[in-house]
Amino acid sequence: MTDVMDPARRLLLGACGLIGFFGLWAAISGSGLVAPTFLPGPLDVARRLVFLLTESFAGGTLLVHLWSSLQRFAAGYLLAAAVGVPLGLLMGRFRTLDDIVSPLFDGLRFIAPIAWVPFAALWFGTGFGGPVLIIFSGAFPPCLLNAYRGAKHVDPRYLEAAEMLGTPSGRIITEVLLPASVPSIIAGLRIGAGLGWQSLVGAELIVASTGVGYLMVQAQSAVSTTTVMVGMAAIGFIGVLIDVALRTIEARIHRRLGGA
Amino acid sequence: MSSIRFDAVGKSFGGGVLTLQDINLDVADKEFVAIVGPSGCGKTTCLRMAAGFDFPTSGRVLVGNSEVTKPGPDRAVVFQQFALFPWKTVTENIELGLRNKSVARDERKARVADAVAMIGLGGYENSYPHQLSGGMQQRVAIARAYVLDPQVLLMDEPFGALDAQTRVVMQEELVRLARLNPRTVLFITHGVEEAVYLADRVAIMTRRPGRIKEIVDVKSVRIAERWDSHSRIEDVMDLESFVHLRTHIWKSLREEKAGADH
Ligand SMILES: Nc1ncnc2c1ncn2[C@@H]1O[C@H](COP(=O)(O)OP(=O)(O)OP(=O)(O)O)[C@@H](O)[C@H]1O
Ligand SMILES: [Mg+2]
Repeated sequence: MTDVMDPARRLLLGACGLIGFFGLWAAISGSGLVAPTFLPGPLDVARRLVFLLTESFAGGTLLVHLWSSLQRFAAGYLLAAAVGVPLGLLMGRFRTLDDIVSPLFDGLRFIAPIAWVPFAALWFGTGFGGPVLIIFSGAFPPCLLNAYRGAKHVDPRYLEAAEMLGTPSGRIITEVLLPASVPSIIAGLRIGAGLGWQSLVGAELIVASTGVGYLMVQAQSAVSTTTVMVGMAAIGFIGVLIDVALRTIEARIHRRLGGA
Repeated sequence: MSSIRFDAVGKSFGGGVLTLQDINLDVADKEFVAIVGPSGCGKTTCLRMAAGFDFPTSGRVLVGNSEVTKPGPDRAVVFQQFALFPWKTVTENIELGLRNKSVARDERKARVADAVAMIGLGGYENSYPHQLSGGMQQRVAIARAYVLDPQVLLMDEPFGALDAQTRVVMQEELVRLARLNPRTVLFITHGVEEAVYLADRVAIMTRRPGRIKEIVDVKSVRIAERWDSHSRIEDVMDLESFVHLRTHIWKSLREEKAGADH
């Protein structure tokens, strides 16, 4: 009974939350107590969204800006995953590497991605590399940490079985540590995607000449608060899409492993 | 030459409480030795030291005259808890050791197929461990060790999770393989009959701290009484000489269990 009710219940409650939020927002902005530029109403934002889909602002339509943001995100994020996951697994397997990398990594990961902005600007100007560096610095730590923790927590029986079978180190990493750590790695990839996407927009506010973040800074200068809100909504929406995609992959892998 | 020698082995884990005390046991090349003893007396610990997963606190463990320093495919292990890789199919689990040895693909496939047939799991080649029963998983773990054709086999209650019928089939198969292609086997079991049926010698351990209490020679009786002329396990188990040895070991173990009540 509860199994059947649960998805419907969750959908209903979620809808209530959204309706409540938009209702409150519309009520406040429509009450005349605040100026429309101070807090634009939902309808104004929606109208602006439709406008920005076809009309160019700050060098392109909303989709053009989103597309260049996504390209940067993909580059920085894939780089973070491609370096972070293998390095984490290697550190989980080889004590020496762990001892070399850990102190450095522990220091670096507390430096917020946005703190890299001055150097991103210095090294890359407003080119492609700056935001990629910043996304990388946001997405890299969770990718590495989760792979590392996954590898550290692998049931020692599997490692013993692999060693007993004469499995060489490289193969232990790819055929034992990696599959055994998949749930942890995927969780890290999800957190990394979230942090990467967040830091991307932060980076574009400062070191880019396209992208959603850039669109928002330009809108701020032009005092177009509706455009700023369209940018915020787009960021949230794409963020949800990325997470849903990764969650689907996660669920598929869990099913494949039979919950093991 | 692949003998196993426990030379005055003592073992304590961290706290300092003695788990094993002065273990002296020689398993000769191609000899089959079974260890029986009360739960928690340190049987698995002995086997893990021969495998290279644990190391003695005092004394030495030697395999083929050199001290054991790490695990390796010359000493295949059947774990008490199987330790199959959940993300690998039956075939992939059995095949891994052969791939590590760089056995050519065709030969590998043939040997895996033989092993699968031996454990009676034809049709389950592409199943994952979680899709199999406990007994089926245990048979895969046995096949994974056998397929390597190792010099030394270390088996920790390998038939523990099997139903009586399957167990008998596996025991008879093990005896057949042992006669056909003898190798050094250290075999842990709770089943006294199984120990007497399979082993050349049976080592009886005391409860904590584990010591070797007595080593019973089965082989000389088996040869003198021509057990091998009976192909079926139940016929061997009916023989007076078998019953005599079994009862002797039972009594010896029983004293240990009774001692634990004090
Ligand atoms: N890694 C470990 N750390 C601490 N104590 C351990 C460890 N491994 C085993 N022991 C202790 O050593 C003793 C012997 O354990 P072992 O697993 O060898 O017993 P066993 O004879 O195989 O028992 P069973 O028949 O129940 O399998 C136990 O009392 C156990 O608590
Ligand atoms: Mg045990």
